[in-house]
Amino acid sequence: MNTPSQQPALLIDPAQSIFKVARRNFVDPEIFKAEKEMIFDRSWLYLGHSSELPNPGDYITRKVAGRGILFTRDSKGQLRALLNTCPHRGAQVCRERKGNAKSFQCFYHGWVFGADGKLRSQPGEASYPEGFKGRDTSNMQPVPRFETYRDFNFISFDSNIIPLVDYLAGAREFLDVICDQTDAGMSIVAGSQEYSIRANWKLLTENSIDGYHASTTHATYFDILMSSTDNLATGMGGGGYGYDLGNGHAVLEYGAPWGRPVAQWIPGWGEAGKSEIGRLYDNLVTRHGQERADRIARKNRNLFIFPNLVVNDIMALTVRTYFPVAPDYMVINAWALAPNDESAWARKYRLNNFLEFLGPGGFATPDDAEALEHCQRGFQNSKEALWNDISKGMGKDKAHHDDELQMRAFWTQWNKQMFPGPVSSIKGVAA
Amino acid sequence: MQSVSRADVEDFLFNEADLLDQWRLPEWLTLFTDDAKYEVPCTDLPADASSETNLFYIADDRTRLGERVKRLMKRTAHAEFPHSKTSRIVGNVRIQASKDDEVAVSCVFQTLRTKDGTTDLYFGTTKYRLAIQGDGFRIREKRCLLAGEGLRPSGRISIVL
Repeated sequence: MNTPSQQPALLIDPAQSIFKVARRNFVDPEIFKAEKEMIFDRSWLYLGHSSELPNPGDYITRKVAGRGILFTRDSKGQLRALLNTCPHRGAQVCRERKGNAKSFQCFYHGWVFGADGKLRSQPGEASYPEGFKGRDTSNMQPVPRFETYRDFNFISFDSNIIPLVDYLAGAREFLDVICDQTDAGMSIVAGSQEYSIRANWKLLTENSIDGYHASTTHATYFDILMSSTDNLATGMGGGGYGYDLGNGHAVLEYGAPWGRPVAQWIPGWGEAGKSEIGRLYDNLVTRHGQERADRIARKNRNLFIFPNLVVNDIMALTVRTYFPVAPDYMVINAWALAPNDESAWARKYRLNNFLEFLGPGGFATPDDAEALEHCQRGFQNSKEALWNDISKGMGKDKAHHDDELQMRAFWTQWNKQMFPGPVSSIKGVAA
Repeated sequence: MQSVSRADVEDFLFNEADLLDQWRLPEWLTLFTDDAKYEVPCTDLPADASSETNLFYIADDRTRLGERVKRLMKRTAHAEFPHSKTSRIVGNVRIQASKDDEVAVSCVFQTLRTKDGTTDLYFGTTKYRLAIQGDGFRIREKRCLLAGEGLRPSGRISIVL
């Protein structure tokens, strides 16, 4: 797309530790339009977790990048991602959120499809030529690409995109660390948090991998944490590091004072909790050895997978995906993920932990939303006040978790997809 | 124990709504029993889902409810600073069951919240379990069942419903 050369999307000068992001990127309708084509039509996008469809015939309807998707497990147990539109005249075929069905009937003219999307029957079949049902074009259309990594299911509207495992790049290893908490598999806990923020979607990307804002934005949460669990004495803070994982993915990995159901005990969980967490931890050591067990149990990970998936392995485990609806409005879906072999005790504390910090009724997420919405308001001045600064930690050998390396990884990939071709080098302009 | 009338319950609930609208949260907190629960399930869960096995928006015991109030009264509770303005309507109040020491009450709520030029509507049904004590009622359980699909466009529950 055309962009005035005097107003690039990014200003980067490593020699001077300059990394600036044009605020126009958050407000301009032209950018918003281009993102649909250059970002959301050319990336792998999270659809859902395999555990959400445990049985043949289970289905979920979900909106991904503006498309209605019918996510099913067919009668043979295979997961399918279908475009939820009738091949006949286009009506949305399945109108329910979720359920179990042997077939789906479009209510408009009565065409019936299997959970594999194949046309089973249609009223007035005699008026169609022989073999009509056997044509591919008579079936509900599958999403161009559908691949799975460790029960995380992704779709892409770009039929030429690289395989998911390659796309995940360095994020793969972090997903492994998260999934290796248990060898019994993981499931999404029932209950979807579906909310929205009146801000540009990229603000949530930044916020999700921003270790810098915690102590100020979430002051009230840390007040509560410190007063309730005597954590200052346990000395389990310790900070950590941020990593660029390639292809726009990024992560921060760090120690923190909160309890983790897998597997870091806090005094607030009592003696019963101590033995339970101890047992979980010992299991991890047996399965993975001391070093990896320590990492799984005691490190927190805020993992971002380009362009819109966040897996936070923190005081609970959350999977969050979000989509732009307008330059200044996004919708968010978030779930809790948990090991299948977790005890009732641990599940209760996991959910308790989750709600204390996370989600639109928690003690932290509403303040994040407020911050993002006030950035969006601040961007009303973007014609005069042009730039965001995300240079924190530039030039360090190893970026700390509260540096802004993670955001630079995102924006670099965003820029590459939005403006293919040589990146213009602008020096001095923004200093 | 004399029988409880709907008017008694309505007086109590209208007063509760008024305390919330006036941001008199510490006073509001005294309406709850020590074993109280305040819960808001996600909208794709059944009305009687348990917060121990399902993800909610809010599942406070009395301790966390106290923390919620303490938090909301600080200027570092950014989502509610400066405080939003709210207007609550409580209606269709019905006593669904009563025992010697407790009544189960159902009502509908419509809560308008305005901040920074934006007004959002929260609506649904609230199920109360009210303990009958010497000087009136105390809330043992308040469960708000949001009627919308998710929290759009309101986005968050930074106030008390």
